[in-house]
Amino acid sequence: MNAPAEVTEAPVKVAKINFIQGLHQALDEAMAADENVIALGEDIGDAQGGGIFKVTKGLTEKYGTNRIRSTPISEQAIIGAAVGAAIVGLRPVAEIMLMNFVTVAMDQIVNHAAKLRFMSGGQTHVPLVIRTTTGAGVGFGGQHSDMLEAWFAHVPGLKIVMASNPADAKGLLASAIEDDDPVIMIENIKAYGQMGAAPEPGYRVPLGKAAIAREGSDVTIIAYGPAVNDALAVAERLAGDGVSAEVVDLRTIAPFDEATVFASVGKTRRAVVVHEAVKAYGTGAEIASRITEELWDTLKAPVARVGSTYSPVPFSPPLEKAWIYSQDQIAAAVRGTIDRRARG
Amino acid sequence: MAETQSGPDRETLLDIYRRAMLIHRSDERFRALLTQGKLAIVYYPVRGQEVVSAAMMAALNQDDYLVTTYRGVADQLAKGIPSKLLWAEFTGRVTGTCKGKGGPMHITHPETGVMVTTGVVGSGLPIANGLGIASQNRGDGKVTVVCFGDGASNIGAFHEAMNMAQLYKLPVIFLCSNNKFGEHTAFAAHTDSESIVSRAAGYGMRGVQCDGNDAVDMYNTAKAAVDRARAGEGPTLIEAMTFRMLGHLFGADFSYVPKEVAEQGVREDPIPRFRQHLLDLQVSESELDAIVAGIEAEIDEAVAFALESPFPEVDELRIDVVKEEIAA
Ligand SMILES: Cc1ncc(C[n+]2csc(CCOP(=O)(O)OP(=O)(O)O)c2C)c(N)n1
Repeated sequence: MNAPAEVTEAPVKVAKINFIQGLHQALDEAMAADENVIALGEDIGDAQGGGIFKVTKGLTEKYGTNRIRSTPISEQAIIGAAVGAAIVGLRPVAEIMLMNFVTVAMDQIVNHAAKLRFMSGGQTHVPLVIRTTTGAGVGFGGQHSDMLEAWFAHVPGLKIVMASNPADAKGLLASAIEDDDPVIMIENIKAYGQMGAAPEPGYRVPLGKAAIAREGSDVTIIAYGPAVNDALAVAERLAGDGVSAEVVDLRTIAPFDEATVFASVGKTRRAVVVHEAVKAYGTGAEIASRITEELWDTLKAPVARVGSTYSPVPFSPPLEKAWIYSQDQIAAAVRGTIDRRARG
Repeated sequence: MAETQSGPDRETLLDIYRRAMLIHRSDERFRALLTQGKLAIVYYPVRGQEVVSAAMMAALNQDDYLVTTYRGVADQLAKGIPSKLLWAEFTGRVTGTCKGKGGPMHITHPETGVMVTTGVVGSGLPIANGLGIASQNRGDGKVTVVCFGDGASNIGAFHEAMNMAQLYKLPVIFLCSNNKFGEHTAFAAHTDSESIVSRAAGYGMRGVQCDGNDAVDMYNTAKAAVDRARAGEGPTLIEAMTFRMLGHLFGADFSYVPKEVAEQGVREDPIPRFRQHLLDLQVSESELDAIVAGIEAEIDEAVAFALESPFPEVDELRIDVVKEEIAA
């Protein structure tokens, strides 16, 4: 929020929080407000340390072990229990410790959580949040680092969100808990410590609404999660070269906010989509395709995509660094949409 | 075998009989219409397993929860879903329990506690735990029953769910109908342990095997498990021994079932056995016949209702995907 220009502000220190605090606050506030909100997951109880990233630390003490259910290592049982509890009105927040382990629980997510509203003809629905964390760059190698959002975006009935800053993490989680449908919240391990402005209690970020993270006129960069910060850094860099990039923070991957994206690209007439997931078959393909279908006559260049390499996430640090998309690639893609001869 | 106790009184037995015969006659009618070509649906017969469902559901309250499978028609009828709504859903009509959008393998009817029907083998068990968690947190005294087959006991979800239910002492009853086959695979060819129920001990859970074709044994076993769950004493695994007298699905091959096994199944048929038991208790022929006559009328009405009902409008595709109506 911008203060009116004429007011001279005393130098107040803006309160800052990181992602973990944002997520913790959202959970704590939701659990305080509604006794139907419960959490399930491995190691999440205080006796087990309050979660491997401490997101739930202190909540057992406040809400007891019936509402903070530390579970066995049983992903199907965790999501299945969350589905069952949700259809009779609890609002479970289930934690899958690392996103690759959703593979173990796919049946419950895809065949049950996503479809029970439809298959029951609307008699039941699944107000469930699945929180999960992942991300390359921390040396976990092939089985602990994947971004699998495209899998879920492909399944009707699921909503998927990813925050780019701590306040959004809090606001998106709060909205997800209040939403009447299953929401998957992807959290990036590397970003957990990232600091940002602390939102007020009760802060919400609506689902399905993207944000304009930076205004510009030459090209729109569409991203979500930490890729937004990379896009902002690139936009800043390119501004020095006279390129004005607008950055759209998607915030919700599904449902996709066509209105905001189409309005932005309609204005800039060029678009680049960026995500950490591998580029091939990724959500970027869907976004690019929708923009092309809607704005073909307006576009000055094909929609470009930036994603990571089509290989498993490697362990060796230089390989891992090379695997993940880079700011240079984003810059090259942006330049490529402006000068097609510059396409990298 | 179930603990010996007073057992079901006359009224309860007649209630179980009514439920069993509703299943029995409905199953016959589904198969008759399929044979006549008046229906074209995938149908999983329940012939031979009528008493397991009838006695289990008679031990529950209407607002207790049920999770069942593709072979769930017996459970759904016994739990009380009105025949009309069930038939209409089985035939894809808008008047069905789920507006025709679920179909035979995905029946939901919260009014009678039927919360989930799943076509994915074994996947109901973890969901039942969630219903149990809700009841435990709320202290609402409801019990959840989840039905599955012997084949399902080898799915990972079975083991995860059993462990979690016992760990949390959930009010959940795991009801395995051991009908001796998982599709075409005989029990001994899919499991080397002597029983399913022996696995309960591995989780510290109470396990009881019973004769699922004997209404008294089945009811007593079910009732004891329900009472314990309601009293907060935790889950029970019930292995109800029974037999599926027909193919895995309607029209399917049955030749893989050894002749002796099929013949033994016929000898142990729960339906004539139950009727004889009631006659031995001095229930009159005419009283039993009147029950069946009432059921026939109910089914006639349900079939007519279903077949005369319209199919859902195509617009329904945009509704119930998520809360908000989706774009065309
Ligand atoms: C996870 C899964 N694997 C395979 C199937 C295909 N399938 C449907 S029913 C069935 C047999 C299950 O047998 P059992 O659990 O004993 O139940 P019953 O059919 O005898 O009632 C199989 C293999 C399925 N529906 N789900």
